[in-house]
Amino acid sequence: MTPGARDALRRSGLSRRNFLKESGALIVCFSAGGFGASARPAFAQSAQGDSSYRPRPNQLDSWIAIAADGGVIAYTGKAELGQGIGTAQTQLVAEELCVSFERVKLIACDTAFTPDQGYTSGSQSHPANFNHSNLAQAAATAREALLRLASDRLGAPAEQLAAADGVVKVKADSSRKVSYQELLGGQKFNLALDKNAQRKPAGEWTVLGKPVPRPDIPALVTARFQFVHNVRLPGMSYGSVVRPPSVGATLVSVDEDSIRSVPGIVKIVVKGNFVGVVAEKLWQAVQAAYILRINWSPGPTLPAQATFYDHLRTQKPTRDTLLVDSGDLDKKFTEATTVVKAIYHHPYQMHGSMGSSCAVADVRGDSATLWSPTQGAWFMRNTAAMVLGLKPENVRVIFTRGSGCYGNNGADPVTYDAALMSQAVGKPVRVQLTRQDEMAWENYGNAFVMDERAALDAQGNIVAWDHESWVPVLGNRPGLERPGNVVTGFLAGFQPEPFAAQTPAPAPAVYNNNSNGIPSYLAGVIAGQSRGTGNVRGERVLVHNVVSPFWTGPLRSPERFQNTFAHESFVDELAAKAKADPVDFRLRHLSHPRLRDVLKGAASAASWDARPSPQRARGRAGVFSGRGVSCVAYEGTNGYAAMVAEVEIDKNSGVISVKRVSVCVDCGPISNPEGLRNQTEGGTLQGVSRALFEEVTWDDHKITSVDWGSYRTYPLGFRIPTIQVAMINRPTENATGAGELAITIVAPAIANAVFDATGVRIRQVPLNPERVKVALQQIS
Amino acid sequence: MRVASNDETKTITLKVNGAIHRLDLDPNTPLLYVLIDDLGLYGPKFGCGLGQCGACTVIVNGSAIRSCVTLVESVGGSEITTLEALGTPEKPHSLQQAFIDEQAAQCGFCLNAVIMTAKAFLDKNPKANDEQIESAMSTVLCRCFTHVRMLRAIKRYAREMMP
Repeated sequence: MTPGARDALRRSGLSRRNFLKESGALIVCFSAGGFGASARPAFAQSAQGDSSYRPRPNQLDSWIAIAADGGVIAYTGKAELGQGIGTAQTQLVAEELCVSFERVKLIACDTAFTPDQGYTSGSQSHPANFNHSNLAQAAATAREALLRLASDRLGAPAEQLAAADGVVKVKADSSRKVSYQELLGGQKFNLALDKNAQRKPAGEWTVLGKPVPRPDIPALVTARFQFVHNVRLPGMSYGSVVRPPSVGATLVSVDEDSIRSVPGIVKIVVKGNFVGVVAEKLWQAVQAAYILRINWSPGPTLPAQATFYDHLRTQKPTRDTLLVDSGDLDKKFTEATTVVKAIYHHPYQMHGSMGSSCAVADVRGDSATLWSPTQGAWFMRNTAAMVLGLKPENVRVIFTRGSGCYGNNGADPVTYDAALMSQAVGKPVRVQLTRQDEMAWENYGNAFVMDERAALDAQGNIVAWDHESWVPVLGNRPGLERPGNVVTGFLAGFQPEPFAAQTPAPAPAVYNNNSNGIPSYLAGVIAGQSRGTGNVRGERVLVHNVVSPFWTGPLRSPERFQNTFAHESFVDELAAKAKADPVDFRLRHLSHPRLRDVLKGAASAASWDARPSPQRARGRAGVFSGRGVSCVAYEGTNGYAAMVAEVEIDKNSGVISVKRVSVCVDCGPISNPEGLRNQTEGGTLQGVSRALFEEVTWDDHKITSVDWGSYRTYPLGFRIPTIQVAMINRPTENATGAGELAITIVAPAIANAVFDATGVRIRQVPLNPERVKVALQQIS
Repeated sequence: MRVASNDETKTITLKVNGAIHRLDLDPNTPLLYVLIDDLGLYGPKFGCGLGQCGACTVIVNGSAIRSCVTLVESVGGSEITTLEALGTPEKPHSLQQAFIDEQAAQCGFCLNAVIMTAKAFLDKNPKANDEQIESAMSTVLCRCFTHVRMLRAIKRYAREMMP
């Protein structure tokens, strides 16, 4: 708290606690430097926050405050995970409030200060905070409120005023002016969010929409940035967990004597099947966890990986969901000129964060403070309270950036780990997982089995498309009440969300894109209304969920990556069957103008050579080369992308080299073109890694992909393709998701390029050299 | 894993970023644990503990080493440099500046691995071509896949900014 803020608070006659409870939190120290960049001192100050504060989202003070020094403080429930949303939100607030970027301090995801906006996930931050609600609407409301206050103060109508750099002036006489600090410094707005407050039109933007550099990068590159891994508290100990040796193993006994030789042991913590060791020093805790002797019961035998996809098809019970059903498929398939069928397989993949997950907890008596890289601070508050047996209002969660997560990685379980161990020893505890524990127990992106079937008429048009998938699930994000959805909660005695069987599936009542379960080419007709992005009206999509042997949860572009691999590969098969150019064939079946535009944009960026695949020429000796295309309307309506991949395949080794990727994206108005480009490049390469290398593996009892030798990823200097990014800016449309657009379409673009080059269709991710070599035997 | 009891600790002298530290330690402690626990440094990070990813990289006597698999005793008396010693946010080293200029970061967790590996390599190979730089960086991981920008920053530094 700055002295100015403290004075303002005293003048207002409110105790800090009441002040916080009843209004926005004006009192956070306004420190310059990007969000988190100056967190080393800041976290100690903000540790004074009130854990029982619950900001009301319809109140302006929950979102925006004018600090005592006239700076603008913005509170958001969407966290900076490395995706650049912190910068974009800062730009948004600066733009709407007519101040420079540097005058905005963004505070994200601290339950003592910020509104509850659920999870920062699933390409939801841009639509949630950049349209006509939440943060954007709060900022517009604040600007209009400040102009009204200035109008009273200056005795001039609001329309004759202009705000710039935090000062409101009379347009005709700039000597008549008043600053935000004079108008409201350190005081509340006491206003509701005004849904009629006018957002600034994109044509007037001077900060938003510009390539503002990320303010956290100077601290990151000079090792001044405080990750959660760097949080240190007075009197803090170090905890290490001991996970079961195999899936489903349960604890029989712990031999405490086995670590007697390790100095510094504070406590062995056991709760149900949860085991951890707390020690005074980091190395002591790591050693103790490694050598602690534990007697575990063996878990069940796991289904064999070699036949796992067939196993999924036979699993009972199932939870069946029918997304669309035109009811005429039998007739259409009977009448078809050509019927095409294919089966696609996708493995479990992991988030595989570069740094294994870490959290710091300080649990004393009936209250707790958690420094956590969770994507859902408020959800964590509830579920950590359940794990600890505390009241949620006595738990404060302070989001602190961890290693990039890409979804439901080890962040939530490690926060419970730290909380449980801190509670057991009554002092702060820091826990970082081992590489093996991170990789063996995270909530993997789901494996998928996908059957595709389509009917073509005599002209090669798609008249019916039938899709059926089998998707294993276990656990998920914890949400409000399911700590058992992730490993630590489960080990500590909580159950995952029960599997609700449902068969047969009821008829679809409302349109549900279901993570791009519905192919882009379908009309998506529910109750006579088309909600899809295509024009194929013979349609059926049926999903079977079954119980997974492993934890599952959202992994960047969750389920959309898998579904789109099948749909965009299969439409390419149909184009080939119709002897049509793959871009033209897609356009023939797509009705959505923005999806059509990105497809044309990517083709244009790649100088697409229109012709059917596969090509006749087979490249130079020993090397095949080809190009493939793919596109998606992310979740049907939340962003549009298309991609052309150009690849070479080495005949002898089966190695695929992606040479060039041209990607075109449309996420509505571009909030920061540099940030969008960064996300698009990163998403593209992450997609290449997932398409070519990544696969979770297991044996009879345990996961065996537990380090970077056994789970392959794409290292820094490794045959990096040229990436061309084309961005379509649509200033008058609503903001959509952006961070998961490119990654969603990489695997099919590569598979389609391999088909173009070789005439061989590979229907399984990853397209690793072993699989490619086997496939190429078809043509040798 | 061999475990030292209390009476097996040794006094070890470490020279880190120009400062001398005398620490009573289990001599088998990996250097990384000493840097992040005893010295509270932010640069080197635990990524895998297996020497596979590079997150823990520090420069010892001019060479990039992986401190998670280096015993502290083996570097007693050596010059150890961590990322924080290269420059500050106000006055970054020109390699760090190249990363700022290229906006070459997403989550930023791997930056220590990337910058320290590049720094040690280019100090020894100031005339390295693009292919040699890529080869030198091929042992480093970044899971946000900021590869394009990071390599551009390193090449730009090598071409335009090296002292």
